Amino acid sequence: MSPLLLVLIPLLPLIGFLINGLGFPHLPKGAVGIIGSLTVVGSFVLSLLTFSAFLAGGSQPIIIPLFDWITVGSLNIPFSFQVDQLSLLMLMIITGVGSLIHIYSIGYMHHDAGFGKFFAYLNLFLFFMLLLVLGSNYVIMFIGWEGVGLCSYLLIGFWNKNTSFNNAARKAFIMNRVGDLGFLLGIFTIITTFGSVEYLEVFSKASSFQVGDPIIITITLFLFIGAMGKSAQIPLYTWLPDAMAGPTPVSALIHAATMVTAGIYMVIRSNVLYSLAPSTLEIVGIIGGATALFAASIGLLQNDIKKVLAYSTVSQLGYMFMGLGAMAYSASMFHVITHAFFKALLFLGAGSVIHAMSDEQDIRNMGGLRKKLPVTFLTFFIATWAIAGLPPFSGFFSKDEILAHVFEHNKLLWVIGVLGSLMTSFYMFRLLFLTFFGKFRGTHEQEHHLHESPASMTIPLIVLAVLSAVGGFIGVPEALHGSHRLAEFMSPLYDGARQANPSAFLATTLSHSEEYILMAVSVGVALIAAIAAYVMYIQKALVPAPDSEEKSALQNVIYNKYYVDELYDNVFVKSTKTLSNAFYSFGEFFIDLFVNGTARLINFLAGLLRKTQTGSTGDYVFAMVLGIVAILFWKLLL
Amino acid sequence: MIPNPISPEINIPEVIQNIPLQHYLILSTLLFVIGIIGVLTRRNAIVIFMSVELMLNAANLLLIAFSSYRSDSSGQVFVFFIMAVAAAEVAVGLAIIVMIYRNTRNTDIGFLNKLKW
Repeated sequence: MSPLLLVLIPLLPLIGFLINGLGFPHLPKGAVGIIGSLTVVGSFVLSLLTFSAFLAGGSQPIIIPLFDWITVGSLNIPFSFQVDQLSLLMLMIITGVGSLIHIYSIGYMHHDAGFGKFFAYLNLFLFFMLLLVLGSNYVIMFIGWEGVGLCSYLLIGFWNKNTSFNNAARKAFIMNRVGDLGFLLGIFTIITTFGSVEYLEVFSKASSFQVGDPIIITITLFLFIGAMGKSAQIPLYTWLPDAMAGPTPVSALIHAATMVTAGIYMVIRSNVLYSLAPSTLEIVGIIGGATALFAASIGLLQNDIKKVLAYSTVSQLGYMFMGLGAMAYSASMFHVITHAFFKALLFLGAGSVIHAMSDEQDIRNMGGLRKKLPVTFLTFFIATWAIAGLPPFSGFFSKDEILAHVFEHNKLLWVIGVLGSLMTSFYMFRLLFLTFFGKFRGTHEQEHHLHESPASMTIPLIVLAVLSAVGGFIGVPEALHGSHRLAEFMSPLYDGARQANPSAFLATTLSHSEEYILMAVSVGVALIAAIAAYVMYIQKALVPAPDSEEKSALQNVIYNKYYVDELYDNVFVKSTKTLSNAFYSFGEFFIDLFVNGTARLINFLAGLLRKTQTGSTGDYVFAMVLGIVAILFWKLLL
Repeated sequence: MIPNPISPEINIPEVIQNIPLQHYLILSTLLFVIGIIGVLTRRNAIVIFMSVELMLNAANLLLIAFSSYRSDSSGQVFVFFIMAVAAAEVAVGLAIIVMIYRNTRNTDIGFLNKLKW
């Protein structure tokens, strides 16, 4: 496997960023779009080649050193890439879904003045994300981690003339930074404990630790705080719904398919450490479950098409962390993959709807769009079916696998997961019915402009729909007579963890009939929710009330997102602002004292001294004589 | 005959011994002080100049007195230097006074007070 080809995978988007970023005022729009998309497609092709080379080479992890980066005392941090099952899966998802979204953006952002800037930022984001998953040590992961946070900021605040969008971008960046502090502390603890940050070295040394060692618990907790920020778990999730201020392809790429999955990637990568800290995994599972339920409940009443999808993303990320909490690493990774497919599809479909509706995002003003937007409707329907977890599409397989593992681990969390699944199915079908069925509720102007999106937008939708439909077949469980190829493929990743904590990797104790019952429960629950949504929004043709109408107290609380944003504002933001104002005036006082004071002192002294310049020659002569007398006095008598 | 303090074999001539050295000192000091008072108090530029010359000559006198008493001619050589410098200084100074007169039509230094704060 030539190192050059591997290096090209992140390098191509970087080159695309440089060309588009520096040259977009001079290049024609078509060229910018093609360059931006071609780089990513090129990376995708190279990822596929790397994948096949990896399989052919016997599925051994390969480390490709690039150069010696940091060497301080006994700490050596090389800049090298690691190619193994996990990084390859992430590579293919990132570049594959990324290239589809780039192609989509050519159509979606066509009329935007910042077209070139957009593609430059998207390419930069891909560069950092690829760095994140390819790095062979925690520090390179951190470079990518920070970089995607930066690009998230740039892209959320893309339409930077709007102050609320800028605020949303800032909120995302600052919340991410809070998580990054935890991540950094985790890296520092790793360095002090293991003396290295390379994955292979850390994990081989870690297997000599006891299960439940406090140092390992500390490290894993710190790293998880980073994941909480990046992957929008409670309490650091409020940035993600606000991040919908960015253009829809950004929401699809960053906040559905790639950046938010970085936390899960990190936990799966550190599975040795996490398997040695069951208490941290309990916390991870509980937070994941709580987030899944909490966000799903908020999504029930939202009326902005993108906000519903945003809360859905937070909720699904909660599912993935629940799976990690139950040590179902492959299941969570499976859900990452399928979620990337159907969530990107949902967002791109929403973008198609928004595009057709002349930038309208409120579903109360939509309706009956399925006749005018057939391709969008069909793909959206497939994605909704998948996210609700209904067979035979991909969501069913991945979600069910997580729920089965969670059932074995903790029954209460399983109940929460099923409840969340109920709500997911309900609000997704609600979204589908309100947007695409019924009578059109918008203005005449919008009705005139309704049109299906151009090919550059619909082709990615179709590709993603196919993937959402058949993507589940890489992980068919044994109970359904499948070989679960994904779990088999990823199994060597956990060898270290199996050594360190064998009790965690026992085979499942569920019998096939128990699995069938679990599957039936989750499918049944999803179907009931879908039917309820059908009854409410198609048979009874209910439409959510406009904001001016009175709501019940409970509805109010949920509609206002449980007032969490207001809570954070009062507790954290206001106190920080007060503190910073206090420092500012205090500092200003002292600095003014010294700086202005010095000037004033000199001014005063000069004012006194200038009185000696009287202008009269006699005075000057007198002064001269005095000086001579003084000198003589000094010399002769002292 | 009082022996010369520097070279005892040479005697200081009688003529010079008639006026003791202290008299010369006092005279020189008086002349110098009068010169200073003149510089400080007079308003006429030419009189100030004369006072400066007076100070220079006081120094000259003292130098020659000591040169005679010590029979050391380097004092008298130094007097030559001072006289040459005084002459040059007078030339320049009088030129300046002429320019002052041309601009202010009198030699009163009280009128030269524009360079003040």
